[in-house]
Amino acid sequence: MSKLTMVQALNLALRQEMAKDDRVIVLGEDVGRDGGVFRVTEGLIDEFGEERVLDTPLAEAGIVGMSIGMAVNGLRPVCEIQFSGFTYQAFHQIESHAARMRWRTQGRLPVPMVLRAPYGGGVRALEHHSESREVYYAHTPGLKMVIPSGPRNARALLVSAIRDPDPVIFYEPKAVYRAYREEVPEEEETLPLGRSQVAREGGDITLIAYGAMVRPALEAAQRLEEENGVQAEVIDLLTLAPLDDSLFTASARKTGRVLVVHEAPRSFGPGAEIVTRLVEQSFYHLEAPIRRVTGYDIVIPLFAREKSYLPHTQRILKAAREVLETVA
Amino acid sequence: MPIPKAKKLEMLRSLLLARRFEEALTELCQIEGKIPGMMILCTGQEAVGAGVCAALQPQDAIISNHRSHSHLLAKGADPKALMAEIFGKRTGCNKGKSGTLHLAVPEVNAPCTTTVVGGGPPIAVGRAFAQQYRQEKAVTVCFIGDGATNEGSFHEALNLASLWALPVIFVCENNLYAGAQRFEEHTRAPNIADRAAGYAMPGVVVDGNDALAVYTSASEARARAVAGEGPTLIEYKTYRWRGHGESDLQLYQPKEEIAAWQATCPIPKLRAEMLAQGLIGAEALQAMESDIAAIVQEAIRFAEESPYPEPHEALEDVFA
Ligand SMILES: Cc1ncc(C[n+]2csc(CCOP(=O)(O)OP(=O)(O)O)c2C)c(N)n1
Repeated sequence: MSKLTMVQALNLALRQEMAKDDRVIVLGEDVGRDGGVFRVTEGLIDEFGEERVLDTPLAEAGIVGMSIGMAVNGLRPVCEIQFSGFTYQAFHQIESHAARMRWRTQGRLPVPMVLRAPYGGGVRALEHHSESREVYYAHTPGLKMVIPSGPRNARALLVSAIRDPDPVIFYEPKAVYRAYREEVPEEEETLPLGRSQVAREGGDITLIAYGAMVRPALEAAQRLEEENGVQAEVIDLLTLAPLDDSLFTASARKTGRVLVVHEAPRSFGPGAEIVTRLVEQSFYHLEAPIRRVTGYDIVIPLFAREKSYLPHTQRILKAAREVLETVA
Repeated sequence: MPIPKAKKLEMLRSLLLARRFEEALTELCQIEGKIPGMMILCTGQEAVGAGVCAALQPQDAIISNHRSHSHLLAKGADPKALMAEIFGKRTGCNKGKSGTLHLAVPEVNAPCTTTVVGGGPPIAVGRAFAQQYRQEKAVTVCFIGDGATNEGSFHEALNLASLWALPVIFVCENNLYAGAQRFEEHTRAPNIADRAAGYAMPGVVVDGNDALAVYTSASEARARAVAGEGPTLIEYKTYRWRGHGESDLQLYQPKEEIAAWQATCPIPKLRAEMLAQGLIGAEALQAMESDIAAIVQEAIRFAEESPYPEPHEALEDVFA
């Protein structure tokens, strides 16, 4: 075991999968010699050569379209888009082709590809470099939408994504990239896609989060214990689509009180689907209205006001306490 | 056609203003927490903005990209409002909402700069369509980098502009790099301008570090455009002295290459020529320099003393 950042853990996943399977091809803007904007692909070109690590021109639609073409002809492309906000340039390829080929061909043309992109705030960069619009892809039938929250699960999920027979949009929380290190085993480790995890057990309130929001949710849970003697359960979704509602609906039946946290804009955000599942499956157990702590229905603001936009521990705590205080 | 003295003075001033403005930014962004996000500079490339904008009229529009400072300053944007915006302050030209990457100054017909590479060209085509439709004697210039010409939207835009003979000038600043990628690593064609042939429009290659050559070529393209003869693609060969952004260590740019291009700096070139031709004297030059230094200092003071936007202001201007 060594202690790795999320960037290093993702790099490990790519390195090991490339070593194991020569169908795995990495492509994207500056992913080769430069090692990628955030250094996730560093060193891959030295180890696997220019045939398998392609420095592409600036052409997101081309990169994703090419990945689809590779995937339907026996390869396992892992493409990188420099920031999630630049996947929009490739939206037509993702939505119209990657997501639909299996269905259209009755399973004869699966598209085993991974699109990796850093998403979310916390680096004080403008708009496309900081936004959280995973719902576009979570909403698209035929795509898997995976968002790890820490170094270890990032590595395990990326390995599973590469091996998955279907297209996976893999959003990496850039705020977590170098935020902390975690033990990551050298030997192979995978996590199933489409499964959530209990990140912290508790019986009084359920906090549902994913990606960069898991850490502030855990911090809030810690403070609820210390300051209020309350045990919060934290569910880390890990995959948004297909959404695993088994753990959080069960947790809600246990606690009766739920808070959903995401940095994506509020309206029609992932929380809307999560709350619907809760209403459908746990309604009679709820003791208070479900609350959401989310981004606002605006473009993520720059710099000075980014902190007011992003859900943080304090906002989560406040909302959690309100949920806890509600008497039905 | 000889270039009027006033135009040369305007260009020299634009060059110096952009350079001093960015020299200040280079220092400021080293101070932790001073300036948000990325800092992308055009140092070394200022002759393109200076020369092209000198060839334009106030009613002409520019659509710019992430490396926009010299374009906007040369088009007449207020340095104070730009600086404050770069600082993320509420007195900035976009109330602190855009930072350096999406600076927009509609008041000087610079309605859009976009960091989305390839985002600008189709917008420029639409702007030009509106100019033609409304029978304005005006053009729209679209500034893009060499890397941007590999985005599909660039090709869609060239075809549209050519098809309807729209008054657009596509200005490609080929600064030899797109991110860490060298020009010949992303494009086989020896020149970006060669691509114009496929769209049946003139494509010209010009020394982008020679402000006067830039001015002349842009003036010709403008004349064509307002005469209804359609778009032009101009490729200005130039060089990015600094990294892609200020956090870029430039490991991929050979030191000798940077030095060689610095030797072709557009500023001494124009300055020497103007001094030699007696278009400006040493004293007037000094006065111009101190005037610009004062403008930059004032812009920084203004930005530093301005407040950040209130949090609720982020919720404004979503809809009419
Ligand atoms: C659609 C899109 N893809 C990627 C990026 C990240 N990015 C910003 S600038 C840039 C390089 C652009 O190169 P070029 O067009 O040559 O302009 P230069 O930076 O050299 O001025 C890249 C890759 C982006 N902003 N937008």
